[in-house]
Amino acid sequence: MRRSRNTVLSVISAGVFLAILYMLNLNRAGNGMLISIMQKSAIFALVAVSMNLLNGFTGLFSLGQAGFMSIGAYTTAILLIPVQSLDGVYYMNGINPGIRSLKVFLSALPPWFQSVYPFMALIVGALFAAVIASIVGVAVLRLKSDYLAIATLGLSEIIRALFSSPQLDGITNGSYGLNKIPAFPKMFGGLVPPIITPFIVSAVCITLIVLLIRSSYGRAFLAIREDEIAAEAMGISLFKHKSMSFIISSFFSALAGGLLAMYMRSIEAKTFSITLTYDILLIVVIGGIGSVTGSVLGAFLVTASKEWWLRFFDQPLEIFGWDVPLFRTGFRMVIFSILLMMVVLIYRRGLMGTNEFSWDRIFGRFKWKRKKVQGGGS
Amino acid sequence: MKRIAVFLLIALLACQFVFAGGSTESKSGEKEIIIGVFEPQTGENGGGGYQEVLGMRYANKVYPTVQINGETYKVRLIEADNKSDKTEAVTAAQSLISSGASVILGSYGSGVSIAAGDIFLDNEVPAIGASCTNPQVTFGNDYYFRVCFLDPFQGTVMANFAWQDGAKKAAVITQLGDDYSSGLGNFFKRAFVDLGGNVVSEQQFQTNTTDFKSILTNIKATNPDVIFAPSSIATAPLIIKQARELGITAKIMAGDTWENSSIIENAGSSAEGVVLSTFFDDADPATDEAAKFIKGFKPYLVENNQPDIIPAVSALGYDAYLVALKAIEAANSTKGPAIRNALVDVAVEGVTGKIVFNQNGDADKDLAFIKIIQNGQFKFLKTVSVL
Amino acid sequence: MSITTILQHSLTGISLGGAYGLIAIGYTLVYGILRLINFAHGDIFMMAGYFMIFSLASFPWPIAIGITLLITVLMGIAIERVAYKPLRSSPRMSIMISAIGVSYLLQNLATYLFTAIPRGYPEIPLLKRIFRVGELSASLVTLLTPVLTIVLVALLMILVNKTKTGMAMRAASKDFETAKLMGININRVITVTFAIGSLLAGIGSILYFTDRMSVTPFSGTLPGLKCFVAAVFGGIGNIPGAVIGGFFIGIVETLLVALGYSTFSDAFTFILLIVMLLVKPTGLFGEKTMEKV
Repeated sequence: MRRSRNTVLSVISAGVFLAILYMLNLNRAGNGMLISIMQKSAIFALVAVSMNLLNGFTGLFSLGQAGFMSIGAYTTAILLIPVQSLDGVYYMNGINPGIRSLKVFLSALPPWFQSVYPFMALIVGALFAAVIASIVGVAVLRLKSDYLAIATLGLSEIIRALFSSPQLDGITNGSYGLNKIPAFPKMFGGLVPPIITPFIVSAVCITLIVLLIRSSYGRAFLAIREDEIAAEAMGISLFKHKSMSFIISSFFSALAGGLLAMYMRSIEAKTFSITLTYDILLIVVIGGIGSVTGSVLGAFLVTASKEWWLRFFDQPLEIFGWDVPLFRTGFRMVIFSILLMMVVLIYRRGLMGTNEFSWDRIFGRFKWKRKKVQGGGS
Repeated sequence: MKRIAVFLLIALLACQFVFAGGSTESKSGEKEIIIGVFEPQTGENGGGGYQEVLGMRYANKVYPTVQINGETYKVRLIEADNKSDKTEAVTAAQSLISSGASVILGSYGSGVSIAAGDIFLDNEVPAIGASCTNPQVTFGNDYYFRVCFLDPFQGTVMANFAWQDGAKKAAVITQLGDDYSSGLGNFFKRAFVDLGGNVVSEQQFQTNTTDFKSILTNIKATNPDVIFAPSSIATAPLIIKQARELGITAKIMAGDTWENSSIIENAGSSAEGVVLSTFFDDADPATDEAAKFIKGFKPYLVENNQPDIIPAVSALGYDAYLVALKAIEAANSTKGPAIRNALVDVAVEGVTGKIVFNQNGDADKDLAFIKIIQNGQFKFLKTVSVL
Repeated sequence: MSITTILQHSLTGISLGGAYGLIAIGYTLVYGILRLINFAHGDIFMMAGYFMIFSLASFPWPIAIGITLLITVLMGIAIERVAYKPLRSSPRMSIMISAIGVSYLLQNLATYLFTAIPRGYPEIPLLKRIFRVGELSASLVTLLTPVLTIVLVALLMILVNKTKTGMAMRAASKDFETAKLMGININRVITVTFAIGSLLAGIGSILYFTDRMSVTPFSGTLPGLKCFVAAVFGGIGNIPGAVIGGFFIGIVETLLVALGYSTFSDAFTFILLIVMLLVKPTGLFGEKTMEKV
């Protein structure tokens, strides 16, 4: 009874959200900024959840998300830039002929292929990142937590240096970055308009991750997080599960990277610097390490705040003609940093702690007689 | 306590989505047209971007209204800082579009202009670049125009000057990842080689480099007559000073970005003898508009805590604004596509000369001013036109 | 490449290495005792640069140097008190996130307070006097840096090996819990450690930025990470090792830029890190510690 009520409520709220999106789609020009922020939040929600999978659920402190995102972004971008724009984009040094012929071949394929091609590009980018993760994981996953952090950070920088090196000019356009990346494609032949595509992709991926967490593999991850040695004693293969977590996390980070490339229409290696990883860490920590709902909520909260506070805190503020002295460009980031420190030092569990969203707790709050129930379903 | 905080935050979240939509009504209810200012005000190019913005703001002060269909519209400038960064440029461009801009002015820095070009094109909002000189800004983009000359022209001008000055060997320093720097460096190289010269050393540095000693040591070993180093205002004094410290005596030349007094301030006596090309000279006004501008802008600069030497990019910013206004009037409309079509045929007597656009959207400019740093000041050397 | 060019490049490399060495000591000291990678150390280095700009604007240079170093030390100690002390008994991830948080905060604070436009670093005329030997040319600060580094390291080794405080520091880095039980005032030891680290970072900052003449809020991130790699390379917890690591990375980096592979100069440092961690995790001079189950 409770389970079906929960499912119905979840489906209804998802439907309401979708309806809002369709309504926004009707007035695309006027709602431009709002749609844009929500898309960015959805993409960051996916990265945050994948980072949470690795850091929060498996206890592996990795700071390499930006590197894998860049792999996904660059691969997707290179595959998707239209053939006729190639010379314009690679104007400095020309494009690698092998890549050009591949793209020419792909663009000659029939229309049904072209409509799924963007999604294939996303998946190819993600697979590429997964392969790299599996190779690197062999070396890196043995390390202790602090060394793992800095090794993955270093890995992210190495990837960035590779992408911006003049030697790889023909493929990645070196430091000049790639532009003319097409925007989001529509799905199902127009049933889902282009601006809603990132939400669907993101939601599907997050659902997959949640399913993984709820499976026996997920329980193994949690065991590893709590106590590695005990987990090993219970028969859980440390290397296999850590690897799996690392590879899957990288896969989805790269997919989010590909989505980011489509969102921004123009990327360069500088976009994927260490600061990006710190930004995602901010979201994960504020949302609560170990909570998927927390990461999603955190993503929307932080992204929207950054935009809104840009107009509020960063412009000079006048109250009754008196210039409030602190409000200048950059103030909002200082507030974010202080917020992060406060969460780390005081509100250690972030927004959601390790709890997930559940209808039962909302109802439980209203009926104070009831005992509090943990989690939604078992 | 914590739950209250959580609820508050989620409520804030909901409110933000309302505010984030943004509203653009003018308070007094009078008719308004919005012009977006797309410039860096922080980051590597913040200094130059700010000067360009001052030119636009001053133009807005001098010409605050425009006539559309016989009605007077107030012109409002909305500024967005692209932080000299291509990623931020995308966000800044999007925010300008959703605040209802009919025309965009900017940017200083070809890289960010190229990055945002697609967004302007897709949303059918015409953009007028003031000082972005890289050809790719307008190439293939029907909605991007510019009022300055291009890098192929500028590179040839400097190569000619170097050759006529007697230089046979040149070294080129460019910034990796900066479209302006690499593009201009390339054009100089081609022109210099065409004249018969020899480029003995080509060095590249990464963004945010502050130590040029290794590059300069390599250059010193090849003993060039002249060093061409188009780079940003931030790196200019570093390159100049470190070169002199290493004992390099070759002449140092660069493009329009180096016309900024902070370079003289920071490089001190090492900056003597540096030669650069630029768009404008305040000692010799080309038109009446220019004379009026020079007279009025100098006090405006002082008001804004800037030295009273007029930067060329401010003049270009002023011209870009004039062009926008003329096009809006000719189009009699606030809609992007109409203004764009008007821009194709517009002709303006600007501060930097006569401005007419060719089919690529580039201004037909064939005049460059060469200046040299002497006695701690920019001194006009000569005008060059390449026929 | 001619001999002169190679020598000139070596000068640049050694000078850079010296500055890196000074910063690396801060990392190795803190990690030795607290097992914490102080991500904020690089940003303390950057803030010291800004402090110097402002002090030099108002005071003559000897006093300005003194003020800058004092403020840097105070800042380092304050960061430890506020951000690391409350988390000493928390899981490692929390304290590392705290370190990243402080780093993030310092960068954003600097961007807000000093704007992100690169600021010119003022000259100390004495330090910038140019010396010429034949074809070689260098300013005093380039020559001074490695010398000063070695002198300071020697002084530090005397402090660590011959004084009571030094003995306390060594004890705490060998075994934190036991040191506490033996009556060593751990808080004082940690404060002294951070003070020394910040002082050296401040000196390194003055030498580094005088040579480079420009500071941005992000000037500290990458050098900071590289110096941590230097510390790992030399053996974490080993001071002379950290300095040697610093010189090694400084020289190789300069070499790579000289040869034209500037994009890889940063990547090289991290490749070195990964290789070290795989092949010899204890570093060149480190000691093997047993992982107790």
